[in-house]
Amino acid sequence: MKPFKELTGIAAPMDLINIDTDMIIPKQFLKTIQRSGLGKNLFDEMRYNDDGSEKADFVLNREPYRHASILVAGDNFGCGSSREHAPWALEDFGIRCVIAPSFADIFHNNCFKNGILPIRLPEETVNALMEKADRGQNAMFTVDLERQVVVDPDGVEISFEVDPFRKHCLLNGLDDIGLTLQKGGAIDGYEAARAETAPWVTPDAA
Amino acid sequence: MSQPKTLFDKIWDSHVVDRQDDGNCLIYIDRHLVHEVTSPQAFEGLRNAGRAVRRPELTLAVPDHNVPTENRAGGIDDEESRIQVETLAKNAKDFGLPYFDMFDIRQGIVHIIGPEQGFTLPGMTIVCGDSHTATHGAFGSLAFGIGTSEVEHVLATQTLQQRPAKNMRVMVKGALPAGVTAKDLILAIIGKIGTAGGTGHVIEFAGQAIRDLSMEGRMTVCNMTIEGGARAGLIAPDQKTFDYLKGRTMAPKGDAWEKAVAYWSTLPSDDGAFYDKEVELDVADIPPQVTWGTSPEDVAPITGTVPSPDSFAGGKREAAQRSLDYMGLKAGMPLTDVKIDKVFIGSCTNGRIEDLREVAAVAKGHKVADGIHAMVVPGSGLVKEQAEKEGLHKILLEAGFDWREPGCSMCLAMNADKLKPQERCASTSNRNFEGRQGRGGRTHLVSPGMAAAAALKGTLADVREYLK
Repeated sequence: MKPFKELTGIAAPMDLINIDTDMIIPKQFLKTIQRSGLGKNLFDEMRYNDDGSEKADFVLNREPYRHASILVAGDNFGCGSSREHAPWALEDFGIRCVIAPSFADIFHNNCFKNGILPIRLPEETVNALMEKADRGQNAMFTVDLERQVVVDPDGVEISFEVDPFRKHCLLNGLDDIGLTLQKGGAIDGYEAARAETAPWVTPDAA
Repeated sequence: MSQPKTLFDKIWDSHVVDRQDDGNCLIYIDRHLVHEVTSPQAFEGLRNAGRAVRRPELTLAVPDHNVPTENRAGGIDDEESRIQVETLAKNAKDFGLPYFDMFDIRQGIVHIIGPEQGFTLPGMTIVCGDSHTATHGAFGSLAFGIGTSEVEHVLATQTLQQRPAKNMRVMVKGALPAGVTAKDLILAIIGKIGTAGGTGHVIEFAGQAIRDLSMEGRMTVCNMTIEGGARAGLIAPDQKTFDYLKGRTMAPKGDAWEKAVAYWSTLPSDDGAFYDKEVELDVADIPPQVTWGTSPEDVAPITGTVPSPDSFAGGKREAAQRSLDYMGLKAGMPLTDVKIDKVFIGSCTNGRIEDLREVAAVAKGHKVADGIHAMVVPGSGLVKEQAEKEGLHKILLEAGFDWREPGCSMCLAMNADKLKPQERCASTSNRNFEGRQGRGGRTHLVSPGMAAAAALKGTLADVREYLK
């Protein structure tokens, strides 16, 4: 996984609540057997007309937001399905950080597995950042994970919370499976004990 | 005496393999369901790292999202869909996983076949790369959806890195009136708590109305927990749970069964257990429910009207206006005036035998309205077989319904079954998001009986008219 340390970039405002994973990446793009290449279909139905041309008023079709690396969005971002294609599409487009009042649990979790930092901030703070993200070329934000601050275009620092373990993994780009396999002995021990106390867990063959 | 525990606490505590000082845990996963859409990249990851599947026998793979629901013998026309299904078959073979192909009578939607096979059992941790894994919580198992990175993690280690969720209880009082079902109950709950109401929590459903539900009804309720924001829903196991599971192919037998039941009987939440959040709902007087917008929280009684965006506050006002524009509806319009084009009956929410019986009971002796295409897609091959044994398919075919092969179908329209732009559908599925059933398609979520009534009327309709 790509480490996330500090990010400076354009923040795009998406002032809409309940942005769901079907909006982020519609199902017709889930037929891929690869992780890469989904960025062009990020927000596909909001971003393109039926004939494939761009919808001029959609934020990511406008300059400078075509080059956004941060999204500022409404409440309950990423609700819906568990598709990791949603963070894959964001990452492939170039979005490495999403700021919102709340995130759906599975999406939130999936972000951390893909080097994307989801930041929860109070609604009033997100609304203020949304206005500043509206400044086009001047909507330049910095996100410093080590110090846990967002620096807005006026230089105001806003601190945010993040789980210390997830922060550690993001900063270092750590591979979860590698970390867990270091605990292989504990897994062996758990399985042995459970075979005694709950033998029915191993199913009869289908 | 020790601290009283919730059902969630008990399952969680019995699955902790390792607990870090910072509260992050490694928890053991007892069951892993795998389908073709969210797994290819996980298997690719295993191959690249030279890793094996740790416990193939705790894993069950089945194609469901992309499979055709007609003319299956002709194979899958869409090349990408076909490649995805073939990739699952190859991965199952290479990694030694139990696999039901699309010609196997046991094939069906992952969340239908897990319980059907007795693969799903109480007190277990169950995961799948699919948010509707919450369904299995109906058995008192902690079941939740995961992303593909976590699918790979479970395949490789049979564990997940997690922090415990908070406990939430939804107490459902009263007895459901005639014509009002588990689907109406869960839609009413989502309407009340909102789609972020359960975020960060596991929801335990309790109360008389829940106890009274069949296992099928309980699965419908837990299935849509995710639409209420919670990754997992739970219902305490009881005699109904055990009766449903006894004798199923993969359920324990003999002495192991007795031991298991004794253990499962200790799982219900203790008196005085602590919940971080509690909600109460009385369902004794609720009418059948229907959604009017593009979020599952946009719920209204069928006896009501399309609400005005002005009746909402904050960001919801703008979202409601956007929904009405997308849905092509006007505020104040009676819901029973809304004309439909299609009906979809099926999905992991409502694709079980009881759902099909409900549809047949409404359809019997009637005809689908002119110009309406009404599809019935059983949740599994075994559901289809059972329905045909009972003659339900004959009733449906005579009434003009389209009787199809099992799969996810038009719940999310990854196969050939989809809405055209602006087509309107009464659907027993779980999500009414923009584009969910096809680009530009308009979805109204309803119960199976309500979907059948809509098919007969050609508009959204109150199923109780057909039950008199």
